[in-house]
Amino acid sequence: MPEDRSKKILSVFEEKKGALIPMLQRVQEEFGYLPEEALAQIAWFLKIPLSQVFSVATFYAHFYLTRRGDHLVRICQGTACHVRGARDILETAQHLLGIKTGQTTEDYKYSLERVACVGSCAMAPVIMIDNAVHPKVSPLDLKFKLMDELIAEHGDKPNKGK
Amino acid sequence: MTAAKKKDAFRGIRSFEDLKRLKESVLAQEKADSKTLIVCCGTGCLASGGDKVRQSFIDEVRRQGPEENIVVRKTGCRGFCERGPIVVVSPENILYQGVSKEDTPEIVSETILKGELVDRLIFEDETTGDKCVHEADIPFYKKQARRVLRNCGHIDPTSIEAYIGVGGYGALAIALSKMNPEEVIACVKESGLRGRGGAGFPTGRKWESSRNAPGEEKYIIANGDEGDPGAFMDRSIMEGDPHSVLEGMIIAGYAVGAQKGFIYVRAEYPLAVRHLHTAIAQASDLGLLGQNIMGSGFDFEIEIVRGAGAFVCGESTALVLSIEGKRGFPKPLPRPNTSIVGLWDMPTVLNNVETFACVPAIISNGAEWFASMGTEKSKGTKVLALTGNVKNTGLVEVPMGTTLREIIFDIGGGIRGNKEFKAVQTGGPSGGCIPEDLLDLPVDYESLARVGSIMGSGGMLVMGENTCMVNMARYFLDFAQNESCGQCTLCKLGTRQMYHILSDITSGKGRPDDVEVLLELAAAVRAGSICGLGQTVPNPVISTIRYFREEYEEHIHEHRCRALVCRSLVSYRIKEHRCKACMLCLKGCPVGAIIGAKWQVHEIDQTKCIKCGACVEVCPPRFDAVECLTGKANEG
Amino acid sequence: MSDLSLTINGIEVAAREGMTILEAAQSSGIYVPTLCHCPGLTPEGACRICLVKIEKKKKLHPACRTPVEAGMVVITDDAEIEQVRRVTLELILSDHDFNCLLCRKSGTCRLQDLVNRIGFDEHRLDRLDRVAKDLPVDTSNPFFDFNPNKCVQCGICIRTCREIVGVDAIDMAYRGYEIKVSTFGDKPFKESVCVSCGECVERCPVAALIPKKIEYPTREVKTICAYCGVGCGLRLGVRGNTIIGARGDRDNPVNKGELCVRGRFGYKFIHSPDRLTSPIVRAYDPLERQAHGIDETGESSKPVTSPLVKQEGDFVEVTWEQAIKYVASSLDHFKGDQFAAMSSAKCTNEENYLFQKFVRTVMGTNNIDHCARL
Ligand SMILES: Cc1cc2nc3c(=O)[nH]c(=O)nc-3n(C[C@H](O)[C@H](O)[C@H](O)COP(=O)(O)O)c2cc1C
Ligand code: SF4
Ligand code: SF4
Ligand code: SF4
Ligand code: FES
Repeated sequence: MPEDRSKKILSVFEEKKGALIPMLQRVQEEFGYLPEEALAQIAWFLKIPLSQVFSVATFYAHFYLTRRGDHLVRICQGTACHVRGARDILETAQHLLGIKTGQTTEDYKYSLERVACVGSCAMAPVIMIDNAVHPKVSPLDLKFKLMDELIAEHGDKPNKGK
Repeated sequence: MTAAKKKDAFRGIRSFEDLKRLKESVLAQEKADSKTLIVCCGTGCLASGGDKVRQSFIDEVRRQGPEENIVVRKTGCRGFCERGPIVVVSPENILYQGVSKEDTPEIVSETILKGELVDRLIFEDETTGDKCVHEADIPFYKKQARRVLRNCGHIDPTSIEAYIGVGGYGALAIALSKMNPEEVIACVKESGLRGRGGAGFPTGRKWESSRNAPGEEKYIIANGDEGDPGAFMDRSIMEGDPHSVLEGMIIAGYAVGAQKGFIYVRAEYPLAVRHLHTAIAQASDLGLLGQNIMGSGFDFEIEIVRGAGAFVCGESTALVLSIEGKRGFPKPLPRPNTSIVGLWDMPTVLNNVETFACVPAIISNGAEWFASMGTEKSKGTKVLALTGNVKNTGLVEVPMGTTLREIIFDIGGGIRGNKEFKAVQTGGPSGGCIPEDLLDLPVDYESLARVGSIMGSGGMLVMGENTCMVNMARYFLDFAQNESCGQCTLCKLGTRQMYHILSDITSGKGRPDDVEVLLELAAAVRAGSICGLGQTVPNPVISTIRYFREEYEEHIHEHRCRALVCRSLVSYRIKEHRCKACMLCLKGCPVGAIIGAKWQVHEIDQTKCIKCGACVEVCPPRFDAVECLTGKANEG
Repeated sequence: MSDLSLTINGIEVAAREGMTILEAAQSSGIYVPTLCHCPGLTPEGACRICLVKIEKKKKLHPACRTPVEAGMVVITDDAEIEQVRRVTLELILSDHDFNCLLCRKSGTCRLQDLVNRIGFDEHRLDRLDRVAKDLPVDTSNPFFDFNPNKCVQCGICIRTCREIVGVDAIDMAYRGYEIKVSTFGDKPFKESVCVSCGECVERCPVAALIPKKIEYPTREVKTICAYCGVGCGLRLGVRGNTIIGARGDRDNPVNKGELCVRGRFGYKFIHSPDRLTSPIVRAYDPLERQAHGIDETGESSKPVTSPLVKQEGDFVEVTWEQAIKYVASSLDHFKGDQFAAMSSAKCTNEENYLFQKFVRTVMGTNNIDHCARL
């Protein structure tokens, strides 16, 4: 029951100033995204308007309001990566996963995202699969190495399209 | 292992003497260790396998040698990420680069046990062919002055004892025992330290205004949001030397009369968050945070706040709102300074992470020591993230006033693939491009501002001839329009429209007076936006137009991109007479746009091609069968 | 509240401390364009239309939220400011639905007004990307529509709902270009906590939040809202002999121009054909008898057969006399705590007094309340 789970999470927090964002982060860690009921509970718990919780949750790029894929493939589009061809990597990844940036494969296995910079610029271009940084990636690597690894580690080929 | 034992002996540091005693015992232990294998485990080296190397060293040492005297130490970033993973054998200080798991047995057996070098892992200077055994011999490090980064890559960032061993928390002891808050502020003022987060505001003056501002509570905030793409100075400091940030913050707290500090860290930096958590826990354990620090009667605590993905939250008022749990909408003028009305409307000192990391060294070594380096108005050193098309990318720290040429060519080793230098971009999306004829410009706040760029947080992106300046401007505007908070009209819509026009230009749809329109929009956005983001993001457009106007004209009038970057203006073709039908490109094309077979000259299906250039890369140079065309050649 | 003086565009202007530059300028007849400013709400300073120059200050300041200072030297328009304003306006226009003529707000739209006042550079506007947003229009609320494609994101509605109404039904959601006024979960207004008071609609400078129907009255009648005991001042818009709109009376000390959903939108009952013009009684059997001349009160031992049971049959129009007789005959059969009564806040004090007196002394119970617990 999502409601029970989020209640459990909320009990962790004392009613203190500024708890909204850490609270959203905790809820998202638990669910992978921010279910609407959880948002409503947070609003009730912190005694702030619903609309304000929604407003904050939609402002920050890390909060998702819909379910994400189990694995997050993030393609760095930072400056250093950009000059070393990050756009090609992004397009290749879109092509290979069959989804656009910000989308999730139909089987909820993978989500593809661009990230502004992961601070590994010296290793540009980089991509992040879940929490691991892969340095000096080329479209070829992506096609022949990383995708295979991804599939080997996480199962079948991503379902195309959505 | 040993750390746990030590902690038993020292149940907390209750006085200045306790700190001294702990330091001595750490040093004594270090002397007893005969060899140390220092493995860089900064994010860069981790990505290239640093952790595996460390683990395999531990196993190897256990297998091959007298375990007790050989210590495997992990450290934060040494800056030379490009060549990672980096391993240093101490006390000889032999530096191995590009070490892999497979190399570890040999390093243990040869270098550690026999004292022999492993030749192939030693850095070789490409230009001179010299072998550089020690870190100090490598040109990348030669011109650097690593003061803020003094501990990064040397000590284990997850051990407070290691930090205390190199004199850590000594500055705090000095401040608490020998100086009153006014003296601390005076010392910081005298040192000439200016904010490292962007604007370069004198830190001492900021502290003073917070100290003098009325408020029941005061706060210290370390800005570790580091949103500029291409910057990772703060990350390395937080990951590699977290205690220096804490120490700087505690000293600041003492100076302004604050008892609570926050570190705002980007969510993209999980390792930094982890190391800071460990550091705070250790410091609290030893009593260096909490109540009555070292018996001085001063209380201070620090909390970590994770960002949630908004570049604009690096801006001071937005950051404060974000900690308060609100949307990060920067506050428009007129508004009081954060140092007077900040977090929960209380006086708040907000400084960059690197700024705080400078403070302990200033207190320990004195204001003159710090002020002795740098230029007249910009004192000390600056950490720069050297990236882009330069041979040695990584983190460098140089005295203020070092010229761009020294940084790019002496430290950075020049342009990759021996291409021509074109421009250098400083200050990230808020900065500007600087062309070749200004390469002798000294790097300090004023000089950079004079040529239309900024110091910013210290990102330094080097661009060679294969970078298109219009595309660069478009890239930065794309970033800006994605990161605009959307509060003010000019920034929200202006960046989008500039991006739109730049996109048109790069895709061959530019109109004759687009450059003028761009400049008009840029000027208005700069003048009318609320916060630093809107006020500075037109800079990349303005500066590229200022120095590279002809590239804009070429794109608009000739549909030519000389750097062969703008997709719509180039096409990849296979030269019929050179193609050997080897099928390499056919296999390499990520989207399957190449048609061909054995014995059949290959051809690129232009409708499928995404112009990634993979085919050029894989086509053997001796065939040289793929070419990239632009301008008249492409169209005609 | 001491007096001070400052210079605006070279003219010496008197002002009081605490005033904004905008107020000082307006009080001395100097026009400064505004968009996100709305009197009575916290100035936000976000639209950047009102930017002015202040001597000795490096950056442009929004007049709407910058307090005056003695001796301040302000310039509200010169070439540079005009240029910034024009570009700002062009940018807003580039992001706005262009179908002005057919817009319900045409004529009273603040954006149109700004275009007339500030002007624009046709060539530049033409160069801007004008892909209109194509967001769905929310027509869920019975009284007003929300068309996000016309919204200029001034935030006035949000501040209204927060600062005046206290409902906080809406807020700015998303970021950057995607930014949008939205309810919790970006749901239709009807599914939100919005109480349909229409205060935000009243203040929206453009046609983003707009009443379903707009008609211009030929005259206005000042009156008091007939719904509840608060007694808000109303100005009913009248056309011929028909009421076609209502707005709050700003001069009324009770509501200072604010209204709730009933006062603002609930005037249609006035001309409703369903409105009663004479007493009616449901055609119960006994009544039919009465209608046929049978006197019920005569046989008081026999209760009205079924006043609580509805029977088939229509309402029957009766005279006041008959109606009162009917009620009296019904009441006659109850006493004390068998009985409870509910009065209306819309009655006068005297009427309410009489009613409770009647209930307590005649009916013999304290079970009386009325509906003013709103
Ligand atoms: C849009 C924007 C983003 C910023 N991002 C950062 C940042 O990521 N890190 C940082 O230290 N300062 C950032 N700043 C600068 C801060 O507002 C502030 O000036 C700085 O943290 C003050 O510290 P300092 O005096 O030590 O430089 C940013 C400013 C703006 C306008
Ligand atoms: S300049 Fe941009 S980022 Fe800054 S407040 Fe305005 S819209 Fe937001
Ligand atoms: S109608 Fe009233 S309650 Fe509803 S959003 Fe507008 S101001 Fe808020
Ligand atoms: S709906 Fe109207 S009042 Fe609300 S932000 Fe949009 S334009 Fe302003
Ligand atoms: S009216 Fe002043 S900024 Fe909008």
